[in-house]
Amino acid sequence: MSEHIVTKRQYAIVFLILLILTLTTTWASYFDLGKLNVVVALVIATIKASLVVLFFMHVYWQTKLTKIVVVSGVAWMALLLWLTLTDIVTRGWLPFPGK
Amino acid sequence: MASHNLALRHQFDDVAQQKDASTFGMWLFLATEVLFFGGMFCCYTVYRSLYPAAFGVASNHLSLVWGGVSTAVLICSSYFMACAVNSGATGKKTAIVAYLAITILFAVAFLVIEMSEWHGLYEEGLMPGFNFTFHEGDFRHVQLFYCLYFSMTGLHASHVTIGIGILLTMLIRAARGAFSAGYYTPIEISGLYWHFVDLVWIYLFPLYYLIARHVHQG
Repeated sequence: MSEHIVTKRQYAIVFLILLILTLTTTWASYFDLGKLNVVVALVIATIKASLVVLFFMHVYWQTKLTKIVVVSGVAWMALLLWLTLTDIVTRGWLPFPGK
Repeated sequence: MASHNLALRHQFDDVAQQKDASTFGMWLFLATEVLFFGGMFCCYTVYRSLYPAAFGVASNHLSLVWGGVSTAVLICSSYFMACAVNSGATGKKTAIVAYLAITILFAVAFLVIEMSEWHGLYEEGLMPGFNFTFHEGDFRHVQLFYCLYFSMTGLHASHVTIGIGILLTMLIRAARGAFSAGYYTPIEISGLYWHFVDLVWIYLFPLYYLIARHVHQG
């Protein structure tokens, strides 16, 4: 809950992981992985974002009410992207190979 | 306000409840911020899927090294912010001031790097509305990429600037002894804002600097 105090050591571990992931994602961008470049970059970004939210922003130790707000923020964002893209991808505008 | 140890307002039962309420309120605000930036990320996603080749060409004009460095600088800043919150929770008043000062220095370093990058792009003639003089290939969609780039990094930079103002306020209050182990909620809440700014950049960095580098024509 809110009385939990995160130690400097715990912060330092998260900090190091974040720096290593930043190097990893930059290094990965030098390779031509086709469509996988996007997937790799976004998966690493999401791992980094989750670490920041859970530990730097203490959501891991927060009340259920706060956790619901965090999850719903992400959910509305997903809804925004999802419903917009269902329109865009079904109009035949996208340069898919073989179409 | 709150110059004494327990700044408990009368509508709350205890300090813990007051702190939970503040945290909840801040997260509600951050949820609206997610959607504020979300509209722009959605716009980016749509246009990138429509014009992948032009976005690839445009992305290669950005400096991968400086993009990476500014990401690291913001992460460092976030880490020192976290240390400031820890010092607040353990009641180390001078440490709060020191950590906030380091956090602000990294934030300023981030803005300096970003502004020099913007200046570089301006010199290259890639700033839409000011001097866009890039006329190769699918240049209209390259221009679209840069419109989105300057809008999104600009909105982010304005958040960094506001963040510096908030952190400076906290630094002054901490130096005057406004906080203690029993009351450091403003530092924690400012920390949430600051980490959110880092969070947005964690997505801006790959989307603008990384994922389009190998997109080929056709």
